[in-house]
Amino acid sequence: MSDQTPPGAPQQAVLTGAGTLRTEEMILNVGPQHPATHGVLRVMVTLDGERIVHGEPVIGYMHRGHEKLLEQRDFRQITNLLSRMDWLSGINNEIPASIAVERLMELEVPRRATYLRVILAEINRILNHLMFTGSFGLELGATTPVMYAFRERELLQQAMEMATGGRMHFGFIRPGGLKEDVPKGFVALALKGIRQLQKAIPDYENLLMGSEIFKARTVGVGRLSTERALDHGVSGPILRACGVAYDVRKAEPYLNYDEFDFDIPVGTTGDAYDRFFVLIEEMKESAKIAEQALIDLPAGSHLGDVPKRLTLPKGEIYSRAENPLGELGYFLVSDGDAKPYRMKVRTPSFSNISVVSHMLEGIYMPDLIAVLGSMFFVVGDIDR
Amino acid sequence: MAIEKPPVDELVPRGEQPRTLSPSKHKKRTFGTGMLKGLSITFRHLISKPVTVQYPDEKDLLPPRSRGVIALKEENCTVCMLCARECPDWCIYIEGHKSTREIPGKKRGKKVNILDRFAIDYALCMYCGICVEVCPYDALFWAPEYEYAEHDITGLTHEMDTLKDWMYSVPPPEELEDGAMGPAVKNQLPDNTPKGEGG
Amino acid sequence: MIEEVFANPYIQLALKLGVLMILLPATLALGWVELKIGAHIQHRMGPMYPGGFHGWAQTVADGIKFVLKENVVPRNADRVVFSMVPFITMLGAALIFVVIPAGQNLVIEDLEVGLFYVLAASSIGVIAVLMAGWSSANKFSLLGALRAAAQLIAYELPLVLSASAVAMLAGSLSLVDIVQAQGPASPTGLYIPFAVYQVLGFPIFLCAVTAELTRPPFDMPVAEAELITGPWTEYTGIRFAFGFFAPEYIAMIGLAAVGATIYLGGYLPPVPALDFIPGIIWLLLKTGAILFLLIWVRWSFPRLREDQLQKFAWKVLIPLALLNIFVTGALKLTPWV
Repeated sequence: MSDQTPPGAPQQAVLTGAGTLRTEEMILNVGPQHPATHGVLRVMVTLDGERIVHGEPVIGYMHRGHEKLLEQRDFRQITNLLSRMDWLSGINNEIPASIAVERLMELEVPRRATYLRVILAEINRILNHLMFTGSFGLELGATTPVMYAFRERELLQQAMEMATGGRMHFGFIRPGGLKEDVPKGFVALALKGIRQLQKAIPDYENLLMGSEIFKARTVGVGRLSTERALDHGVSGPILRACGVAYDVRKAEPYLNYDEFDFDIPVGTTGDAYDRFFVLIEEMKESAKIAEQALIDLPAGSHLGDVPKRLTLPKGEIYSRAENPLGELGYFLVSDGDAKPYRMKVRTPSFSNISVVSHMLEGIYMPDLIAVLGSMFFVVGDIDR
Repeated sequence: MAIEKPPVDELVPRGEQPRTLSPSKHKKRTFGTGMLKGLSITFRHLISKPVTVQYPDEKDLLPPRSRGVIALKEENCTVCMLCARECPDWCIYIEGHKSTREIPGKKRGKKVNILDRFAIDYALCMYCGICVEVCPYDALFWAPEYEYAEHDITGLTHEMDTLKDWMYSVPPPEELEDGAMGPAVKNQLPDNTPKGEGG
Repeated sequence: MIEEVFANPYIQLALKLGVLMILLPATLALGWVELKIGAHIQHRMGPMYPGGFHGWAQTVADGIKFVLKENVVPRNADRVVFSMVPFITMLGAALIFVVIPAGQNLVIEDLEVGLFYVLAASSIGVIAVLMAGWSSANKFSLLGALRAAAQLIAYELPLVLSASAVAMLAGSLSLVDIVQAQGPASPTGLYIPFAVYQVLGFPIFLCAVTAELTRPPFDMPVAEAELITGPWTEYTGIRFAFGFFAPEYIAMIGLAAVGATIYLGGYLPPVPALDFIPGIIWLLLKTGAILFLLIWVRWSFPRLREDQLQKFAWKVLIPLALLNIFVTGALKLTPWV
């Protein structure tokens, strides 16, 4: 980064004919190490005073070669690796992979396993949204909501740990069902966590969404038009904040989402405030689904009739699911072995981030943080 | 090649009535009431009991399935190497040799595997539990022990004696939730009623 | 009898120095209080270990840590200016305490222009911020310094305007006179703090004080997420402690004490019957109340963007402060104010 004229020396300014002062544009690197980006994302901004002229995200700092790793592993190992992509929504990463295998091999999943998968997925969605709720407030300067969010996360994470053994990386979904059944007390603890969350959500609504300062920082900031969002393949809460009521759980129901009663919250303007609103409302909906599933949990097996060694038939399949951040898709190509020949992952954060450069033009520097914080991405998901 | 984009309406399933945002609820309030409400929330939290667990004086009890550390029961291990093979990170180092165990009263003894070295490199281990799951003789167990941090990364490779010591913290198997019926068996429908029988 | 003891010039000198000596421990105590309140607001416990009882020595430990750090001056920096800055901020913050009365005669120096002097002393910090940003030879620092200077200058006006309404009510700029006008010297003889008449002015004063201290929600100049600590980025160790950390808390106590003096009645008890409790206790209680408010607000709100901050000052606070002056003037026409 060039720094030819340190302050203290005469600045170079050129007086043009019309009498206006032309100042130099400054290129600033936000990141890759920066407290406000969710991971190692670098945003190169060209600044003119306080306004951003051009901003460009530079990705790839966290590329770990996931897709190549998956080619050398069988599905039990793959399930454990997949939650490392979008680490905030572990179970939701594993589910579409198992669904792909199940569809390819035509395996039957017991009802109990399906219900448990839905419960775990929705709890994970709540955990993910709580995390982003907290961190968005933190980036805007509100240091308290993040602590409340982590407190709500605690009970639910304890429920997840009780069932799966892990708090962030679960490795619990297997093709055909689950690894093992949930222990006694899981339903009670999960319901307790959900009820506590439902009581605490009004706190976030009033502390953040109702606060005039928060509104002043987010209303009208980072507006995304529906056209542009659809052009770039944006999905998830960001697309829904733009006004498109597209949710894979309703459009192409997987597991048994069509049996549950829930709404899809949708925004109107596509600015940061609407995105945040969609996040909070989705938490309420997920809590509703999880509650229904927990109360109606049927008796049965946790794992279907699955051969000991899973040999995938030759073929290819694409399965998609609603990750908390957007649409997650797996394109699985198999050539008859236990290990996939190729497994391409379509991650939501990658497409979501591609619109950022358009949203950064003409905004102020502090708004950069607000925009990035409201885009809900995880760098592990972008780079894989 | 121009790609036909489906119209936006077709993305939304027919008949679906999504709940739209009603910004008026949050946007049209008298200026200042939102902030006062925020202050009241923080005050309410100020006077309530903190949730901190003061580690290391107080310690939370981890659930039994918690993936803290892997413990080895040496008597059950037959050096089949399945765990080392299935580990996605190849962090289990096993060395063994074959030997013959004398059986009184028989001319030929029994060929057995003796375990020489069993080490797990916890710096590589990703705590997935596949080794525990795949061991056919139940020689590996999960234990909710988590206080084994080291100053040197090589200290994280734990040998057989440490792994055997950790057996003390392995919890007993726990009861499953109501309605659990174990994995489905062949010729049974997913809800465990045998196929072919009347409902 | 106590007055005779205090009349002794050597005792007076000792007391005056004593006030300045107390500032640093008071800063440490206030820092600890802020950490604890902030923690409990966030449902956690804050410092618990240093010193034993609820970590009272946390800020002391922080101070020792600052002192032990390396003394770094950037190569391109203007050494003289860079080193002068902490002295200036400390000076500006400490000078406020010269006129704050803890009793009718318990004041270091009761200047006739006390209120004016306080506002002038608190604005010394502006030049220090500019000096810090310029001499650091760092783009971020300069950006932060310009933001901070613009903010501080913008919020001087509501501060001055709301304080001048108080001066109108009391008829004098001397802080002792202002306190007395809220009690024994008021037209009705009743103990009525000026906050009752300044329903508009008191909140404006508090907003202006928060902004003068660059505390959340007005802390954009030191917003970590963007500019690390703005003009103070290059300051490490003891320069940071004495240039930014300590003066912020000292000025906080000072301005809160000023607010307590001019709006809440200073060292006067709420009712004359309670005047056996020394005035300094009342002053501390009232200052503590305002400090609590400042700390509570800090942990509850996100921060305003710089242009919103400026808009708030110029388009909202200043017109309201002017309105407040008119209202106060109208109130002065009545015989009982």
